[in-house]
Amino acid sequence: MSESILQAVAPAGSPAAAANATASPQRPRHPLLRSRAFGVAPLLLTACSGGVLDPKGPIGDAERSILLNSFVIMLFVVVPVIVLTLAFAWWFRASNPRAKYMPDWVYSGRIEFIVWSIPALVVMFLGGIAWVGSHDLDPWARIESKKPPVEIQVVSLDWKWLFIYPDQGIATVNELVVPAQTPLHFHLTSATVMNSFFVPQLGSQIYTMAGMESQLNLLAHAPGVFDGLSAQFSGEGFPEMRFKLRALADADYAAWIDGRRGAGDRLDAAAYRTLLQPGVEKQPRYFGAVESNLFQHILMQSHTLPAMKAQAGNGETAASAHMH
Amino acid sequence: MSAVAIADDPQRLAAHHGGNGPAPKRIVVGYGFWVFLLSDFIMFSGFFAAYAALKNATAGGLGARELFDLGNVAVETVCLLLSSFTCGMAALAVSVRNRIWTQFWLLATGLLGLAFFALEVREFHELIEAGNGPQRSAFLSAFFTLVGCHGAHIVAGGLWLGTMMAQFWFKGFNEMLIRRFMCFSLFWHALDIVWVAIFTIVYLMGVAG
Amino acid sequence: MLGKLTWAAIPTDEPIALITVLVVLLGIGAVLAWITVKGHWTYLWKEWITSVDHKRVGVMYFLLGLVMLLRGFADAIMMRTHQALAVGGADAGYLAPDHFNQIFSAHGTIMIFFTAMPFMVGLMNYVVPLQIGARDVAYPTLNSVSFWITAAGMALINISLGVGVYSRAGWLAYPPLSELQFSPDVGVDYHLWALQISGVGTLMSGINLVATIFKMRAPGMTLTRMPIFCWTALASNLLIVAAFPILTATFAMLLLDRYLGFHFFTNDAGGNAMMYVNLIWAWGHPEVYILILPAFGVFSEVISTFSGKPLFGYRSMIAATMVICVLSFMVWLHHFFTMGGGADVNAFFGIMTMIISVPTGVKVFNWMFTMYGGRVRFTAPVLWTIGFMITFVIGGMTGVMLAIPPNDFLLHNSLFLIAHFHNVVIGGVVFGALAGYMYWFPKAFGFRLHEGWGKASFWFWCIGFYIAFMPLYGLGLMGMTRRMQHYDNPAWQPWLVVAMFGTVLIFFGIVCLVIQLAVSIRRREALADTTGDPWDGRSLEWITTSPPPSFNFSVLPDVRGEEAYWGIKQAALRARRLADKPVYEPIHLPHNSPTGFFTAFFAVVLGFAMIWHIWWLAILGLVGAFAGFVVFAWRDEDEYEVPAAEVAAYDEQRRAIRQSLVDTEARA
Repeated sequence: MSESILQAVAPAGSPAAAANATASPQRPRHPLLRSRAFGVAPLLLTACSGGVLDPKGPIGDAERSILLNSFVIMLFVVVPVIVLTLAFAWWFRASNPRAKYMPDWVYSGRIEFIVWSIPALVVMFLGGIAWVGSHDLDPWARIESKKPPVEIQVVSLDWKWLFIYPDQGIATVNELVVPAQTPLHFHLTSATVMNSFFVPQLGSQIYTMAGMESQLNLLAHAPGVFDGLSAQFSGEGFPEMRFKLRALADADYAAWIDGRRGAGDRLDAAAYRTLLQPGVEKQPRYFGAVESNLFQHILMQSHTLPAMKAQAGNGETAASAHMH
Repeated sequence: MSAVAIADDPQRLAAHHGGNGPAPKRIVVGYGFWVFLLSDFIMFSGFFAAYAALKNATAGGLGARELFDLGNVAVETVCLLLSSFTCGMAALAVSVRNRIWTQFWLLATGLLGLAFFALEVREFHELIEAGNGPQRSAFLSAFFTLVGCHGAHIVAGGLWLGTMMAQFWFKGFNEMLIRRFMCFSLFWHALDIVWVAIFTIVYLMGVAG
Repeated sequence: MLGKLTWAAIPTDEPIALITVLVVLLGIGAVLAWITVKGHWTYLWKEWITSVDHKRVGVMYFLLGLVMLLRGFADAIMMRTHQALAVGGADAGYLAPDHFNQIFSAHGTIMIFFTAMPFMVGLMNYVVPLQIGARDVAYPTLNSVSFWITAAGMALINISLGVGVYSRAGWLAYPPLSELQFSPDVGVDYHLWALQISGVGTLMSGINLVATIFKMRAPGMTLTRMPIFCWTALASNLLIVAAFPILTATFAMLLLDRYLGFHFFTNDAGGNAMMYVNLIWAWGHPEVYILILPAFGVFSEVISTFSGKPLFGYRSMIAATMVICVLSFMVWLHHFFTMGGGADVNAFFGIMTMIISVPTGVKVFNWMFTMYGGRVRFTAPVLWTIGFMITFVIGGMTGVMLAIPPNDFLLHNSLFLIAHFHNVVIGGVVFGALAGYMYWFPKAFGFRLHEGWGKASFWFWCIGFYIAFMPLYGLGLMGMTRRMQHYDNPAWQPWLVVAMFGTVLIFFGIVCLVIQLAVSIRRREALADTTGDPWDGRSLEWITTSPPPSFNFSVLPDVRGEEAYWGIKQAALRARRLADKPVYEPIHLPHNSPTGFFTAFFAVVLGFAMIWHIWWLAILGLVGAFAGFVVFAWRDEDEYEVPAAEVAAYDEQRRAIRQSLVDTEARA
């Protein structure tokens, strides 16, 4: 088990994290992933609006293509296998006098060669898709764009989502407002148990894990409202860990930021401690100001001493104690 | 324990690998115990993996270099290696069916195991007293668990050893006891192997940095 | 005095749980009363509870699986009915979040550890020694201990119904959710101790069967003459030996975190929860092959016997089995591609996962070509097999889809995933267990199971499966995740209602199984198998009587090639007479032993005491277990002798029957 597997996401402040931040590759998408091979996409789409088959961004688009392509490629093997199984069973039924009984036909080198080759070839083909797809759609890979990305810090709490806009100095709970056609660069962690940040129509989910930072890059093609959720069970309030992602046109987004900045509560240590209390937020909340480095403080919780946990008291993590 | 009693006929014994029918009981028992020991090694490798992953997770506390006292560990190692030697001597005594020497060497094995365990308990105690208990950091959790798991095996081996000594004393050398002793010595030597890994990976490499 | 245990642990405020407990207690009471009234206790004790006969132990394993199938299914149908109603807020449906979360955790745990595992271990226990021509497993007493320890784990998980709560952290109990900080009550402790204890039983049983297959085969039964079921059992048990210690170590770490404040997986002090996720899947992925490989073996036996042909590509099947066995340890990371492990790592594990589908695909083709040129008799086991082949191919396809990391980024933890693994576990493991049950039942009990009810059960299960799980594929694509106590998207509800009806059909399938058993017992005279070979079988289990004598074979069979019994049978038919009468020798068999039962008793005491922090009782449990070990170690006579005359008398009867079969065939 290599270090890279165990600690896929390096803690913030570590050299690995710094390297990742500076050296994010800007890979063009492979043409294979852009194609909508075999034209089955529209067929399946009608039933599934709002889900992963109805993407509204380049990541989701590419992932849907891979999903449908891999499905269709395998159907070329799976359907004949099913048909042949039923056909063989039926034709060679004991009551069929026309079927030839060959009790000693137990081996054929040619058939063995074919039955090893067919799945092997399919897997080689799909393996290529997996390799290219994994690299092009690596959640850490930046999305090419003329516009600079919007940085968003995501913290999963029991049982709500906290979104911090470090460059704008604001924060929201259970509502994520972003500009359309602009790359979104997420830094994610968890203040409590593990969750998975997922906006199905934009693509790629990723875990949020306490003491570790993961990253995700998404983009919404056009303005719209999309469901966001946690895909990893996190306890009693898990079904309520949902939020709306509102993608706005640039002007609307700028107006929204201006309206939020400075308005309403400040997300300081006390306000954060309140948020840490397990519970469900039915309505989105907004903070017009955020204590600096809050995200880094939350990330540091795994480095705290056990004694400080005892001081922090019931239901709170050490992060809040660490802030002061 | 096998259902088929086939006398330990040497020809069978030599040819048990092919299609010559069920192996004699001694082979069956020893083989199964080997498989068990392999599974035990795998369990240890789980703890080794955890230790390797958490080695640097000291949460601001002390690490291996500051904490480990190689002198103590060296004495522990000598005790354990000697106990393997005495265990081997016990095997010789069993093979010549000598009751007194069997007891003597088994007792020596047990005492050396006890000495090892006492030294380990002392080491643990000192660490905990100094505030470096397993609750202090993930690194120390992993250290105490890995080394403690080996210690727990030594204790279990000691209980097994005591039971067997009593049986040898009261019941003499019957086939079943001799097979069981064979398993015990495999077990005891296997613990040595695990200790060598712990000594190297945890202590030597830990202190070396 | 009683640790954390108080009267508050009895769920008097939860009517569903309370009624369940009362019904279960009444049921157990009724069974115990019936046994007492009929005076069956001595029989049960001597013939079953203390039995070390692999056949009895195998039957008890399977029975345990059947009973727990009912429990696990009750959880399933509650989840499906609840989710069909649960559109809206937390008070939608009829299960509170607290209860719902316990139910899905218990469902997964029970179905894997206490249904699928006992099914497969039971079949392997019963069949492997017979197929390799052995009189028992390598260590019969240990075998009984293994079974009873598994039963101890089962007892603990069921006690949680009535005393305290069960885990709400899912069947794999991911930390930090399963840590004390987030799950302070005894639920996770029940989970960990039940599985830790039964895991020891599984490991022992794995060692036992590995040693049995390698060291106990009859003369001439070389490895490449073994029936394919033995090969799959070998692969499965090698995986048990290699994988279960990882589970033990992982759970030990989590227990230390919970009981002694260690920091393996905690959020603070440097703990690393992802290490748990890696370790648990390093066990968990091999585990699914532990379950499916013996099922592959069952299907191979069934398809060959009922096609009247040897298995097509026998050596290719062995190769495929062993390739799967090795590869299963190299794919664990595909369970958490969404951790963000980097493109190279994800791609590597994705491709390794796909490579497993190559040997699996080869198996499917070989089963197809076994039917080709055969004379397929559509008995109930064959229906399960063909149903499996079709269902499993679909499940395999969705599995390969999930193995491609970008697909997994969309579908991880969605109902698509749930549909996928039920697709392979129901279509593979459950169908395999039931095919094996109907195939070997006559061997175990001397009469066949009623075909009509068996086929009815198959159709309900098969159609029910498709109706229950195909909608879940769709729901996963629509963005519905697993483990949702409620949801606010009304578009999902119709699909969930359909899925619920599918579950009802599966329920009818289970009812048919129960009726089948009852009807078959009542008509056992008409369904009797006097030949010992009801299906025109090919491997050694069919050479002996149904049920076999305690010593299995009067003399160890002399194996001359693949398909040992088929060869002997054909030789007899050609010569129109049986082989010469052998020289009978006395047979030594192990005594019954209550060791297993007592060990399990102390294991339950120990587990319960640890769960509730009743330290004195835990010490008592440990001391009791050690005392049991010493008492066991002190016995002198571990075997008894079946005299040669008795063996000869048995075999003369058997030979008479076989001779009459040969005569009948020869006339025909």
